[in-house]
Amino acid sequence: MAKIMKINVLSAALFGAGMTAVVMTAPAFAEEGVKLVIDGEELTTEVAPQEGNPLDPVRSGWTFRSEETQALETDDFENPGFPLVDYGEELWNTADGSTGKSCASCHGDASESMKGVRASMPKWNKEKNTLFTLEDYINLSREEHQGAKPWKWESQEMLGMTAYIGLQSRGMPVNVSIDGPAKEWFEKGKKMYYTRYGQLDLACAQCHEDNQGTMIRADHLSQGQINGFPTYRFKWSGLGSIHRRFKGCMDNIRAEPFKRGSDEFTALELYVAWRGQGLSVETPAVRN
Amino acid sequence: MYEASRAHVPDKPDCTEEESRHMTKGFIYSIAAASLVLAGSAVAAPVAPDDVKFVDMTVAESLTGQPGDPKAGRETFANRKKGNCLACHANSEMSEQLFHGEVGPTLDGVADRWTPEQLRAIVVNSKQVLGEQTIMPGFYTMHVGDRVAEKFVGKTILTAQEVEDVVAYLTTLKEQ
Repeated sequence: MAKIMKINVLSAALFGAGMTAVVMTAPAFAEEGVKLVIDGEELTTEVAPQEGNPLDPVRSGWTFRSEETQALETDDFENPGFPLVDYGEELWNTADGSTGKSCASCHGDASESMKGVRASMPKWNKEKNTLFTLEDYINLSREEHQGAKPWKWESQEMLGMTAYIGLQSRGMPVNVSIDGPAKEWFEKGKKMYYTRYGQLDLACAQCHEDNQGTMIRADHLSQGQINGFPTYRFKWSGLGSIHRRFKGCMDNIRAEPFKRGSDEFTALELYVAWRGQGLSVETPAVRN
Repeated sequence: MYEASRAHVPDKPDCTEEESRHMTKGFIYSIAAASLVLAGSAVAAPVAPDDVKFVDMTVAESLTGQPGDPKAGRETFANRKKGNCLACHANSEMSEQLFHGEVGPTLDGVADRWTPEQLRAIVVNSKQVLGEQTIMPGFYTMHVGDRVAEKFVGKTILTAQEVEDVVAYLTTLKEQ
């Protein structure tokens, strides 16, 4: 059975000082340096940045959450994202579309064929000559291989399938390629990350780079990493996609969000994934 | 570091101190004239966002020609759809509200550190006082980011009177 291991790195005194500086009740933070261990396997939640990444260290959103929230991710029986993972597995083995094929008909055992797929997304699709998200690959396969209708981006089917496929990479380091034609998309995503949007006139970087670790009202500002998607959020009472999370941020700053699946959000996804290079895939992660 | 907003914010006030003194004087006269004309009916129209004059990082005059109401300002300060100031600032005077942010400095004693005219300038458009890179939104400015959501296009976060109310409230936050 999975369990949480606590290793204190920072002194309690340091932590205590931080807490008392705030005059009002703050949510209970987890202790620093705690390791994420799932089914006996330790995941990487903190890593040194690769060249050009301004984050040092690179930290999973898991390290910013309360002890209670953290604990839920350490046990697949308690992780509220798992019922949908099970649904994804069921879909994997169910025939669909005019060809009467299931995913398994061609791809066999997902634990072998899908291993590492999530870790490298989004990825350049040579045949289609564009950048593909995991959702794009799934719908391509449905339409062209199964003869089935594409799933809607935020449907239970798509979330179940992306969660099930993502799980096959859990524990593997995020490793996206920004070489070749993907470079242009990377640069576009980077430009977006530093562009101020909305009536509140805010860029992603102002909260998730400059002010990471501080409290914005009752929320602890993270680095905005996406290594755990689709993620179960209490706020959503369910799993949600990376693009849904991007949309939420844009709504908060009173900006007109880009559409899920748009070139803009796909470019941003590549850039943000790159900022988390080396973190373990945590799909399905649990956050508040 | 950040991409400039669609609307450019000048680095310097777009008039000299001398000019602005004249303008301020003229402004006072026009307010006075307007008050005479409107005496007994409505008050003068508030200064439009693009017409607010920043001089030495201050906005000297009330945007409405009226003093602010600190009690109303306290409510606007706390309202999540208005000032939402607690999202980023702690404020001991408002300890009945849980979870104060820490992105910006605490507002305890803010009136000891800034004059009312400086506080008005910061609330109207903090970039004029704190610099272009500040994370603090401008609450009475049209210099905003790209892709403003349709329902907020052409609107400021606070009205001129709400700015005055918040400034009046901030002015009460003294420690000395």
